[in-house]
Amino acid sequence: MQQKEYEKLVKAKSPKSKVILPLIKAFFVGGAICTLGQGIREIGEKCLSLDEQAAGCFTSVCLIFLSALFTGLGLYDELGKFAGAGSIVPITGFANSVVSPAMEFKREGYVMGVGAKMFNVAGPVLVYGISASVLYGVIYWLVLLIGGKL
Amino acid sequence: MMLNHLGKQTLVFPSRPSVLSYASVVGPKEGEGPLGNFFDEIVPDDLMGQDSFEKAELKMLEDACDRTLSKAKKLACDVDVYLGGDLLNQIVSSAYAARGLGIPYLGVYGACSSMAQAMLLGAVLVDGGYADTALCSAVSHFSTAERQYRFPLELGSQRPPSSQWTVTGAGAVLLGCEKGLPVGITHATIGSVWDMGQKDINNMGAAMAPAAHETLKAHLLDTGRDVTDYDLIVSGDLGKVGSSILRELCEREGLYLGARYIDCGCEIFGDDQGVFSGGSGAGCSAVTLCGWLFSRLLSGDLRRILFMPTGALMSVTTSQQGESIPGIAHAVTLEVIP
Repeated sequence: MQQKEYEKLVKAKSPKSKVILPLIKAFFVGGAICTLGQGIREIGEKCLSLDEQAAGCFTSVCLIFLSALFTGLGLYDELGKFAGAGSIVPITGFANSVVSPAMEFKREGYVMGVGAKMFNVAGPVLVYGISASVLYGVIYWLVLLIGGKL
Repeated sequence: MMLNHLGKQTLVFPSRPSVLSYASVVGPKEGEGPLGNFFDEIVPDDLMGQDSFEKAELKMLEDACDRTLSKAKKLACDVDVYLGGDLLNQIVSSAYAARGLGIPYLGVYGACSSMAQAMLLGAVLVDGGYADTALCSAVSHFSTAERQYRFPLELGSQRPPSSQWTVTGAGAVLLGCEKGLPVGITHATIGSVWDMGQKDINNMGAAMAPAAHETLKAHLLDTGRDVTDYDLIVSGDLGKVGSSILRELCEREGLYLGARYIDCGCEIFGDDQGVFSGGSGAGCSAVTLCGWLFSRLLSGDLRRILFMPTGALMSVTTSQQGESIPGIAHAVTLEVIP
């Protein structure tokens, strides 16, 4: 049997990932996390009288803390199994992707384990996220320069 | 001149090395599965009181070996050779178990087919008169395999429906030239490596099914037997996807497996256990054999089986570099010997 023919057989026999139900779950869980974030922001602004920027930082810090806590308690991966991208895309997913390898590789020590492996999963996001923002900054600067606004 | 060789790749063991004893130790999830009653020990916690999962895997393997030896009323120093395999880099679990046992050791690596590879080589050594007793084992652990091959345990990621769940468990069997349990090894077929260009590490069954198909064909051709000569043909961890591909590959060539074929990966977990395509890992076939299958052979429910686990021979590095996944399958014929 040729590889192409086998590929067809494999495709026919392999179950497809479901689309609709996971989308709905992701929508609601992701939405709930963002609503929680908005709630924290409101508390920051109204109860703690923080300005807009400080309230944003306050929200991020709280969400990251909660995500790290629930990762440590072994609950965030259960949420991830249920919600998929709904719990990966918000900032809590990013915190989970840093905390989980840090926990996993603690046994290899704080330098070569936690230190070296902490950004195992989040590393590519940081590298390309920061690269993209630098690129965006350069383009923005050029556009302003050409437009004569600098 | 090859005296005990049939066809291209099958070995015959005229002395039929017998199974002296066997044991299996599994994790809690496997214990809750449909085969739970057949294992010697179900550990309540898969960390087993150790400070790493690697140590827990080793402990599980040591327990399985100890139980096997004590069932045969033998000490480690009575055993001539130890053949062990596992999935960790440099097959460390087996090597560390061998360090404790002190038995002359040969590490084997056939990924998830390691149990058959160890038994095949053990039978060769016993049948050839190079060893009176050979201890064979295989082990895998969900948490050590995950961290080596996939993602951290606590990462909230989803698995595709073709993915499989690594079995936490260790199986060991003691082969010997003396009369033991009424089960012996009569034939073995050494598999060759097959690669149909599959690259998806979340669909191992598809990568390994061609190897199982080729080994089965070779075994039947070499021995002149038919599927119906076996009460059961058992693959190791093709899972639901891989085993249905194997059935299809066989059917296309006029080989109907029907109810005579099962896959350990499909048997060990229930549908409600969230394992998608089924169980996998070197321990999957090892504990299914050293629990359920041996007890069925001993009860007379089965007379002759072909134990044919498959292995995917890639590494994390080759996968990341975009190489395809080569597969292998070794087959061992186990027969009730009155």
